[in-house]
Amino acid sequence: MAMTDQAPTMTVSDEVAIEIQKMNKWYGQFHVLRDIDLTVYRGERIVICGPSGSGKSTLIRCINALEEHQAGSIEVDGTLLSSDLKNIDKIRSEVGMCFQHFNLFPHLTILENCTLAPIWVRKTPKKEAEETAMHFLEKVKIPDQANKYPGQLSGGQQQRVAIARSLCMRPRIMLFDEPTSALDPEMIKEVLDTMIELAEEGMTMLCVTHEMGFARQVANRVIFMDAGQIVEQNEPEEFFSNPKSDRTKLFLSQILGH
Amino acid sequence: MSDTQTNSSVAFVQTEQIPASPPPASEVGIINWLRSNLFYSIPSSVMTLLAIAFIYWLSSIILPWVFNGVWDASSIRDCRDQLQGATGGCFAVISERWPQLIFGNYPADEYWRAVLALIGLFVALAPVLFFNLPRKMLWFTGLFPFIAYWLIWGGSLWVSIFALVGVVAGFFVFRALSERSFFGAIVAGLFATLLFWIFLTPTLANALSAVIPLTLVSVESRFIGGFMINFILGTSGIALSLPLGIALALGRQSNLPIIKGICVVFIEFIRGVPLITLLFVASVMLAYFLPPGTTFDLVLRVIIMVTLFAAAYIAEAIRGGLAALSRGQYEAADSLGLDYWQSMRLIILPQALKISIPSIVNIAIGLFKDTTLVSIISMFDVLGMIQGPILSSTEWFGVYWELLAFAGLLFFVFCYGISQYSQWLERQLNTGHR
Ligand SMILES: Nc1ncnc2c1ncn2[C@@H]1O[C@H](COP(=O)(O)OP(=O)(O)O)[C@@H](O)[C@H]1O
Ligand SMILES: [Mg+2]
Repeated sequence: MAMTDQAPTMTVSDEVAIEIQKMNKWYGQFHVLRDIDLTVYRGERIVICGPSGSGKSTLIRCINALEEHQAGSIEVDGTLLSSDLKNIDKIRSEVGMCFQHFNLFPHLTILENCTLAPIWVRKTPKKEAEETAMHFLEKVKIPDQANKYPGQLSGGQQQRVAIARSLCMRPRIMLFDEPTSALDPEMIKEVLDTMIELAEEGMTMLCVTHEMGFARQVANRVIFMDAGQIVEQNEPEEFFSNPKSDRTKLFLSQILGH
Repeated sequence: MSDTQTNSSVAFVQTEQIPASPPPASEVGIINWLRSNLFYSIPSSVMTLLAIAFIYWLSSIILPWVFNGVWDASSIRDCRDQLQGATGGCFAVISERWPQLIFGNYPADEYWRAVLALIGLFVALAPVLFFNLPRKMLWFTGLFPFIAYWLIWGGSLWVSIFALVGVVAGFFVFRALSERSFFGAIVAGLFATLLFWIFLTPTLANALSAVIPLTLVSVESRFIGGFMINFILGTSGIALSLPLGIALALGRQSNLPIIKGICVVFIEFIRGVPLITLLFVASVMLAYFLPPGTTFDLVLRVIIMVTLFAAAYIAEAIRGGLAALSRGQYEAADSLGLDYWQSMRLIILPQALKISIPSIVNIAIGLFKDTTLVSIISMFDVLGMIQGPILSSTEWFGVYWELLAFAGLLFFVFCYGISQYSQWLERQLNTGHR
């Protein structure tokens, strides 16, 4: 991947976007997340990595309440995440999410996938929603596929549509859960490029990924998780060249050493 | 090998594509088709010959019976005289008695009303079945049940109008409350409609028909019979059981234990009881539970039972469809901020229903045919008509085959139509995934 160092142009404010304090989660008896403390500032790009099963997905799914946490607090844009449905809806409409398996709606066209939530949740007029959708489809470089169905697109295209679909809700924060790990190698770049572009525009991003090139280029901070805990976090340069904990070293040697 | 291979260290590289070969002989020609499909071995040849013999034998019985049939006669005796011992059906019974087979004892002067209702039904169904028709036609679909009721049962149009007003009132109650809780609003809306029907519709309808009559000759339910009653029961049963089935399927998935429990008990109870038992309950038992003096039409009672019965099965069919969807679909809908009812209506149900189309159609066809069971609770549907008035008459005593074949044909036409429609629908809805 041809990389230019974009980092200096991307600014991080000192306004807090997400504040997680002493958050714990259990699946039945199983303690998945332990005492997670994390503060994300507006405009920050965070990459989360760690071995499979370490709780990365669970962590970011807690942020938009796809999973319920049992202890501690999560505050998104000043709204406290509780079991109050009003708060959950408010947070979900401000937080966009992209999944490993895209999860596009197969019975709707690409355009309908993108306009559905703005029309029904934001009550945007149809015409305006379609204009917005076309704008973002152009941004992810697939406006010509607008009237096709997801099943007719390649994986990379589907993931870019999924990103556009989230952006149509004008989210202030984007969560990505391994957006490229279900893709064939030649499609990974097109999705990463879209994400890099998003980062350059100052979107606050939390991204679970093992694409270390992406982490180096875009992230302000890399977080390493293991066994439900945040083991280490640092700026990408420092994180990769000088990992502190043994578990991080082992993980990096496994992931970079093949 | 090729002579271009001069450098021995280079592995073989094919430079041209192998041209397409013509298909093997077994793929073309009638003779080859016969050989590869019907006579490819000695046992297969024997089976083919046996099958041909069987088909010949069957048609040698059926074809003369059909084509040599008598269509014009006044009685079975007359038929036999005309046939003079030759094989042939006595179809005269159908040309003579078809009004009874179709309309039962509906007054002959009012047949046009039933026919008009049938035509109206097709117009009302069209926009539901074919979604590229103008959406405005759905207004007629919404009005049709009330029009059809008035056409078939007659009486004052005001009854239908105020029944409709009751529904509109229920809708406004729903609209007023839907912001707060969608589910609560539905329940309140249904309740409002029911109250309106019970307390306001009769009084208002009476009052207004005293001023402006607008009446058709009233026809009691016991005169409605023949295929018409099968059709009324079948269409209302299917139309009503689909929404109820969806509600039950969603209820069964609910996180609320009480709702889930009610749905599970209901579905399992209905599935564990034969339809005919429910029909007996409708015909005799229900009267005991009603306050004395209330008349609760038998046709209505049967429609309710048939609906409940089919709804339980449809709920299970839809549950299968719901289970086939990945969790990702729910999560994507949630993460976009859609609420429960929006994600059900826009994302989950369209896909689940599409998956369950074959099973739902199965249930619909089964329901339609099961409406003939009402002949057992002495309603004169098409089979009741055949068994009762027609076969016991002196003229047509013993003409079973012709009448049953006719009844079978009527059902076949509609059931085959439903089945063809569903296959067309599946092709239409196929958006290239899965
Ligand atoms: N719905 C669930 N029920 C029970 N255990 C779960 C569930 N989802 C995930 N887990 C477990 O929680 C742990 C963390 O899962 P996850 O957050 O998906 O890990 P990662 O994304 O880091 O691979 C895993 O051990 C997984 O088996
Ligand atoms: Mg994961």
